[in-house]
Amino acid sequence: MAEKKQLRIATRNSGFIDPENIDSYIAAGGYLGLAKCLGEMTPEAVIDLMKASGIRGRGGAGFPTGVKWGFAAKYASDTKYVVCNADEGDPGAFMDRAILEGDPHSVLEAMAIGAYAIGGNKGTIYIRAEYPMAIDRLKIAIEQAEAKGVIGKNIMGSDFSFDLDIKYGAGAFVCGEETALINSMEGNRGEPYTKPPFPAEAGYWDKPTIVNNVETLASIPAIIVKGAEWFNGIGTETSKGTKVFALAGKINNVGLIEVPMGITLQEVIMEVGGGVRNGKKFKAVQTGGPSGGALTYKDLDVKIDYESLVACQSMMGSGGMIVMDEDDCMVAIAKFFVEFTMEETCGKCTPCRIGSKRIYEALDKITMGQGSLEDIEKLKLLSVAIKDTALCGLGQTMPNPVLSTMRVFEDEYTAHVVDKKCPAGVCSDLLEFIVVDEKCVGCTLCARVCPVDCIGGKVKEVHVIDQAACIKCGACLDKCKFDAIIKQ
Amino acid sequence: MSMLNVTVDGQATQVAAGSAILDAANQLGIEIPTLCYLDMEKKFNQQAAACRICVVEVENRRNLAPACATPVMEGMIIKTDTERVHTARKIVVDLMLSDHPLDCLTCEQAGSCVLQDLCYQYGLEQTTFAGQRNDYPEDATNKFYSRNLNKCVACRRCVTVCSNFQNTKAIGFGDRGFNTHPVAPFDRGMDESTCVSCGNCVSVCPTGALLPKSKEKFRSWEISKTETTCSYCGVGCQMNLLTKGNKVVGVEPLNGAANDGLLCVKGKFGFNFINHPDRLTTPLVRKDGQLVEATWDEAYSLIADKVKATKAEFGSEALAGLSSARVTNEENYLFQKMVRAAFGTNSVDHCARL
Amino acid sequence: MTNSINELIDSDVIFITGSNTTESHPVIGAKIRQAKKKGAKIIVAEPRKIDMVEDADVFLQITPGTNIALYNGIMSCIISEGLEAAEYIKERTENYDALVATVADFTPEVAAEICGIDAEDIKTAARMYAEGAKGAIVYCMGVTQHSSGTEGVMSLANLALLCGNIGIESGGINPLRGQNNVQGACDMGGLPGTYPGYQKVTEPAVKEKFEKAWGVELSDKVGLTLTEIVGKAGHGEIKVLYIMGENPMVSDPDLAHVEEALKNTEFLVVQDIFLTETAQLADVVLPAATFAEKNGTFSNTERRVQMVRKAIEPVGQCKPDWEILMDLLNKLGIEKTYASPEEIFTEISSVTPSYGGITYGRLEELGGLQWPCPTADHAGTKFLHSGKCARGLGLFKPAVFKPSAEVPCADFPLVMTTGRVLYHYHTRTMTGKVDGLNAMCPESFVEINPDAARKLSIVEGDKVRVSTRRGQVVVTAKVTPKLKENVIFMPFHFAVGAANTLTNPVLDPIAKIPEYKSCAAKLEKVAWDWSEETDQIK
Repeated sequence: MAEKKQLRIATRNSGFIDPENIDSYIAAGGYLGLAKCLGEMTPEAVIDLMKASGIRGRGGAGFPTGVKWGFAAKYASDTKYVVCNADEGDPGAFMDRAILEGDPHSVLEAMAIGAYAIGGNKGTIYIRAEYPMAIDRLKIAIEQAEAKGVIGKNIMGSDFSFDLDIKYGAGAFVCGEETALINSMEGNRGEPYTKPPFPAEAGYWDKPTIVNNVETLASIPAIIVKGAEWFNGIGTETSKGTKVFALAGKINNVGLIEVPMGITLQEVIMEVGGGVRNGKKFKAVQTGGPSGGALTYKDLDVKIDYESLVACQSMMGSGGMIVMDEDDCMVAIAKFFVEFTMEETCGKCTPCRIGSKRIYEALDKITMGQGSLEDIEKLKLLSVAIKDTALCGLGQTMPNPVLSTMRVFEDEYTAHVVDKKCPAGVCSDLLEFIVVDEKCVGCTLCARVCPVDCIGGKVKEVHVIDQAACIKCGACLDKCKFDAIIKQ
Repeated sequence: MSMLNVTVDGQATQVAAGSAILDAANQLGIEIPTLCYLDMEKKFNQQAAACRICVVEVENRRNLAPACATPVMEGMIIKTDTERVHTARKIVVDLMLSDHPLDCLTCEQAGSCVLQDLCYQYGLEQTTFAGQRNDYPEDATNKFYSRNLNKCVACRRCVTVCSNFQNTKAIGFGDRGFNTHPVAPFDRGMDESTCVSCGNCVSVCPTGALLPKSKEKFRSWEISKTETTCSYCGVGCQMNLLTKGNKVVGVEPLNGAANDGLLCVKGKFGFNFINHPDRLTTPLVRKDGQLVEATWDEAYSLIADKVKATKAEFGSEALAGLSSARVTNEENYLFQKMVRAAFGTNSVDHCARL
Repeated sequence: MTNSINELIDSDVIFITGSNTTESHPVIGAKIRQAKKKGAKIIVAEPRKIDMVEDADVFLQITPGTNIALYNGIMSCIISEGLEAAEYIKERTENYDALVATVADFTPEVAAEICGIDAEDIKTAARMYAEGAKGAIVYCMGVTQHSSGTEGVMSLANLALLCGNIGIESGGINPLRGQNNVQGACDMGGLPGTYPGYQKVTEPAVKEKFEKAWGVELSDKVGLTLTEIVGKAGHGEIKVLYIMGENPMVSDPDLAHVEEALKNTEFLVVQDIFLTETAQLADVVLPAATFAEKNGTFSNTERRVQMVRKAIEPVGQCKPDWEILMDLLNKLGIEKTYASPEEIFTEISSVTPSYGGITYGRLEELGGLQWPCPTADHAGTKFLHSGKCARGLGLFKPAVFKPSAEVPCADFPLVMTTGRVLYHYHTRTMTGKVDGLNAMCPESFVEINPDAARKLSIVEGDKVRVSTRRGQVVVTAKVTPKLKENVIFMPFHFAVGAANTLTNPVLDPIAKIPEYKSCAAKLEKVAWDWSEETDQIK
């Protein structure tokens, strides 16, 4: 059933061809797109085709790729750059890695097409150094492509020349932001700069530059060969084609999927993903990576496209989907993601540098039961202000986990500060392990397993947990054979 | 130059293409607070736009726009005076304050601190976001200024001026996230960097994070400022002399035609000679081989008599004068006039060649 | 400067020669680095590997005193490769053939041999300078303070003319003036041959104008230059010497000779802010005000007249120099009182055509004005020779290379050169009073190449004796790869361990500038107990 819902464009070759053999790619129709561009199409025609296809950036922001190329084509320059953003950094997401490892030539081909379209001649793949296999296969691919003459001087006998190199990222999440990526490529500190000028006007070394994500690029040769209408026919009004997602978390079918835009969350989670693990109740799914937001059980009918996700305080992002069930505390989840962005913020602008810290501290306070209703209000206010004032995409989306969880689960927040309880039973500071007198048979197992010896009671007598000494490890709960210990 | 139509707070105006929103607002007399903005950054795209205090509402834009770094587009409608803008700005200041000591009572910068002014403007007596604060040891290894990074708001002006204008590149940014702060190489003392002590970072620091090591204690409101020209090399940097009573206690650069807001170590920090105890304060005349104090009249008479007598006895060619490349045009003019008209000779020269 | 400082930022190529810009003119150094950032090519020709070399596209480490050989080599290469601005030369210059003839044999190879550099580097520099549409030459005392200094400057002017760089924005030849108002002192007639505005004392009409303005009879005989004055004072021919704001006891070459001359002067008046080394020899010392204690104007290196404003009252009984001079003029029978410097300036404008349009009112309003500014509606002159050269056609004045007056020999095998350091200014009258500056650079030193040091068993911090035919000093050794093996460098700021005890007073015959930048010297390590040795030397 799952197979029917999926449609593979970006990942069309992954797993089917030998990624270390260019002939295998060519046999699958590879480099036909480039040949078509060089042989039959003007650069303007390529850009028009891209515009007509409606493809938007798969890195997360969803900017129309054809429009981006059109801007870069407009500026006259002796050198223009095509940059492939392979700095995949979302925790639990590996779409780009899979494509680069499984089908590196599709990215190379698309970069050459992009360079031809904008009038450029140089390309750079910015890839995180933690992807050694992807790097190896890219190197092999570049070598073979050069040998075959599909990259290099006068490609396929045309006037068009294109050189490629690889630059390694040092694992900074913010370097996925295009201006930060450019700074990093130039050897500067990986931090964004304010736009305009956009990279299409003055990017890498101040030359017109287009920065495209791996998945975007991998789709392009197929679009060129099959035409704009084919691609345009897939998806919704505003979001065309397919999207690759990395399903993770508490879901049965963990892994990569590629589905057409407009598919519902219900279909992705319940059908393609095979539903929540262990028959638990679906609670929410974090989309758009750590700075995305949570779609909840209330959003199962939402169609997955750029606009609908933003309307739910989330975003498309690069394609991470982390599924949560009834055992997950949404405050703790928000804290987890904010902690990630807090660690990864470059520290350039005030709202992101200090604001992320303060959001984290507020969430931490709430999960420890030290928060107040006023704190929740302040948290909301701060989150909105950060979205409004931060310099780059990272900062502007960083409060999303807070705002999106509050949208549906504000009662969980309230429970933490008013009742001092964690409804999901996750926040250890708010938990109590209690022995149910009626069920306890006095077997002493719990007392023996307790690492801090805080359970008292004699054989065949009801046991009692010393709440002051309890470290909430849950060992007693797991050990009890009589369900006589509950957490609340 | 093409002009663009723009509306700020309901007032329509025209600005040159390439202007930032801040320029348009200034043109209309609408004040937008700034902190990291450096007016020596001539192109808007060089602004760090890091502090986010100058954010404004732009119609049809999702988020707020930094006025310093957002170029005006044709027909742009900008609002600077809305609830949304004020709330955002207040929170930004509040956040800055949450990682800043509240020691204005003893801070040397009090009275000329941009953060202090912003807190005053937004009515922030203390932060509402109490939390962890950065704690750095003070770095006093430079001979001319000290660095207290606990007062740094990471506005980047120091790094920008050092790397883009002075071009010494002695400092950059170190660490990430909440701990981001300006650093000398390897986060060591300034004395281990390539710093040439030009003090331009000190001049642009909006808070008390970079302060000159001053011999004098003074409050900013006790200071008078006098615009003048530097008295060292021939560049002719424009600067303000800061004076308290009859003492020069500091120097700040001005945007002169030659220096554009920059100074060097001598211009910025080399002013203590002015009120130095070794200054000559009375005329001296040589009596019995020793220089002893004299009145102006005594000194003048002695010189006048000697000049007249020498001229009478040996002729004008026995007199000569060496003028100075250090004094003013007016004084040089009078000096050569004295030598030519009163001594009667053209034997006047100065150290132009030395 | 023919051009303005900020024009440098938009130059395509900047040729820096004989200027340690980042230390002597730090703000201009910063501007040149801004130009580099914007894409300008930088050529540096210097005996030392100065900081600016980091930014240089080509670095020519020439032996001191070989400037003209280098410039001729560059011009020879430009002409032989046909890179000269032929059209410009035809329309705007004269005597080009003489230049071609002079440099014809001076190939880069010949020049390279003399300068001690690689001929290829000369060619690279030549092409780089010739190919930049806007090429600026920046130079300083490293060009002028030679016995052939004037010819060095002419040679640079030839180079600029050859590539059509005179009279264009962001081009020109730009001497960086070392002192705050050295430009003004020249402009105001602080020179033996010219009245204010470079009007010649020998010109009858000029003389008549000033006689009328000042109400006295004036001499039409060119006066003595500084070095001539000191020379004549040594022979007792100068009876009265009035020195204002100068310290020849540190700044002049061959100090032993200067001291003798000043002591030999019957009546020495010194007007200064501190009791300088020179003031200590005076018969009358007049306490003057610093720039912070008076009003007036300075003219900077780009001919910009700017205001100086009084910030504090003069300390003690000090008086501004203009008041002292006015008082003395009155005592000497020139009765004219000026209520303020502004009134003096009005008189200046009335007799100085190039300052004719400058008033305090305009300076207050505009911040500054660059002369020539002949009339009240003139906006000042950003760069000179626009459209055509001031004299009409730009005149090529070919210069032939001559070695320095003193070249290394068996007794004095090294070439010594001198210059400034960042933390001090001239004779330290001012900077010597600032603790931080003294801490950064407390005492005199000599820079030595590591190989040379090794051969003499000298290590960093050793006391070494530097001697020349004039004398000897003991200073601290700084071992640095900035220098070539046969060259040493000393800063000239210090009265103790004074470089000018050693420098050669031989003059350039035209400009009368001493050859500070090149003389033959010898270096020896001083025995461990060096203090005793210095006593003996004293």
